[in-house]
Amino acid sequence: MQPTPIYDSAQLIPHALQELKEAVRYRHLLFQLVRRDILTRYKRSFLGVAWTMLSPLGIMLILSFVFSNIFGATRAYPAFILSGLMAWNFFSQSTTGAMSSLVWGGGLLQRIYVPRASFGLSAIGSGIVNLVLSFVPLVIVMAVTGVPIQITAAFLPVSLLLLACFTLGLGLAISTLAVYFPDVAEMYQIILTAWMYLTPIIYPETVIPAKYQLILHLNPMYYLVKLWRLPLYDGRWPTWGEFWPAAVIAIGMLLVGWFFFTSKSDEFAYRV
Amino acid sequence: MVEEQIPHSEQVIHLEGVSVRYRVPSERIGTFKEYMIRRLKRQVQMRTFWALKGINVDVYRGEIFGFVGDNGAGKSTLLKVVARVLRPTKGRVIVRGRVAPLLELGAGFHPELTGKENIFLNGALLGFSHREMLEKYDQIVDFSELGEFINAPIRTYSTGMYARLGFAVATASEPDVLIVDEILGVGDETFQKKCAARIEDFCRRGTSILLVSHSMATIEAMCQRAAWLDHGVLKFVGEPGQVIRAYREKER
Repeated sequence: MQPTPIYDSAQLIPHALQELKEAVRYRHLLFQLVRRDILTRYKRSFLGVAWTMLSPLGIMLILSFVFSNIFGATRAYPAFILSGLMAWNFFSQSTTGAMSSLVWGGGLLQRIYVPRASFGLSAIGSGIVNLVLSFVPLVIVMAVTGVPIQITAAFLPVSLLLLACFTLGLGLAISTLAVYFPDVAEMYQIILTAWMYLTPIIYPETVIPAKYQLILHLNPMYYLVKLWRLPLYDGRWPTWGEFWPAAVIAIGMLLVGWFFFTSKSDEFAYRV
Repeated sequence: MVEEQIPHSEQVIHLEGVSVRYRVPSERIGTFKEYMIRRLKRQVQMRTFWALKGINVDVYRGEIFGFVGDNGAGKSTLLKVVARVLRPTKGRVIVRGRVAPLLELGAGFHPELTGKENIFLNGALLGFSHREMLEKYDQIVDFSELGEFINAPIRTYSTGMYARLGFAVATASEPDVLIVDEILGVGDETFQKKCAARIEDFCRRGTSILLVSHSMATIEAMCQRAAWLDHGVLKFVGEPGQVIRAYREKER
C-alpha cells in the first residue's frame, strides 16, 4: 500500500516541477492511455495492426508515382520518402493526438485530479508504438530499393528522443491554446500541411534554390527530420554540426511547451 | 456559527481562507483569430468574479459532511478545490489521503473498450496501478452485477449497467475522502440501497464523505454536519437540521 498522500495547495514547488513529479507517480495512467489509443484504433478496423504499416506504404506509393519524374533522380526514392514520412507522421499524429486527448479528458479534468501532461505524454507513447510498427514496411522497402539498413541505425534512438522532445513541447503548447480556442485545432491542420511541404520530406533538400536556404534553416523540423534520415536512409553518422542544432531546438521547445502548459493547467478545469 | 460538537478527532480536510477567483472574458471570445485581433486592438477585457470567498472549514475522519445552497453558490467549486482540480487563488487547502470523486458515474469510460478494459483505465485515472486493480477486479465485477457482459464493449451497456460499473470502480478502493455530487439517483432501488450501504460502510471504516445535494431530506438523513454556502461565502456550519433551517429562513 502506498503511504497516505498529503495534498497541500500551499506547497512551494514550482508547477512545472510538480507536474513532472506527478506524471511519474501516475505512470500507470500513461500506460493505460497508450493502451486505450492502440486498442481503440485497431479494434474495429478489419486489417487491424496492419493498417499502421499499410497507410504510409500507400502514401509512399502515390507520392513516388506522382513525383518520380521530378525527383526520380534521388537514390532509392521510395525509401527516401518513406523514411522521411515516418518521422513526419510521428510528429503530426502525436501533436494532434495530444490536443484531442486533452479535449477528450476535458470532462474528467473538471472532476478528478490527474496530471494534465499525461494526455500529451500518452500521445507521444502511442506515436512511438506506431513508429516502431512502421519499421516493418520500411525495412522491406529499403531492402528492395537497394539501400539496406546499416549499423548507423544505432543512432536512431537519439534522433527519436530529440524528435519526441520537440513533438511533446509543441504538442503541449498547442493543446494549451486549443483549450482556450477551439479553432486552433483546425488551424493547426492547415499549418501542418503547409509545414510538411516546407520540410524536405518528399523532395531532397538539394532542390531548394540557394536564395531560399534561409527558410529551410529557420524550420526546426528540417534539422530533426534530417537527424532521423541520416543514420537511416543515408547510412551515415550525423556530424556534430548536424546534431547540436537539433538538440538545442528539441530541448528548447520541450522546456517552452512544458512551462507554458503547466503555468496554465490549473485553469483548464473551468475552460475545457 | 455553531460550536463544533464533534470530539477531537483526526482532521482530513482543512480549508483555510480559501478563495477562488474566476477570470472570464467579459464577452465570449470563441476563436483564436478573434482573440488576436482584439488583443491587438486592446479590447480583451477580463471580468473577475470570486466563486469562493475566504472559506474556513475542517472535515474530520469518518464524517459525512453536507453542503447546501442555491445554484451558483460555490458548492461545486468547493468540491473541485478539495479534489485538487482547481487551485485556490488565495488561502490554503490540506487534504490528507486519497480523494475519489464519485463522478457522474462512468465519466472516463471509453465506449469501444470492454468493461474489463475500462476498469483498468478508470483505475489508472484514480491513480492505481495495474496490479492494484487486479486485486480489486473480482470485487468490482461482483458488485457491478455485470457477469458475462464484462467482456463486451461498454457501448452495448444499458444506462443502469454503466452506472453500476462506474460506482463499483469508484468505490473499489477505500478512499480517504469520497466526493458525492448529486448523483445517487441512478439505477434501480436495489442498487441504490447497495450504494447507500457501501457508503455507510466506508464511513464506519473512516472515509470522510462530502455530499452536495439539493434534497434536504438526504442531507438531514445522511450527514453529521453540514454547511450552507451563499454567493461564495460560508454562512453557517453545524448540525444539519439547524443549517437547513437557516437556509430556508433566508429563502423567505
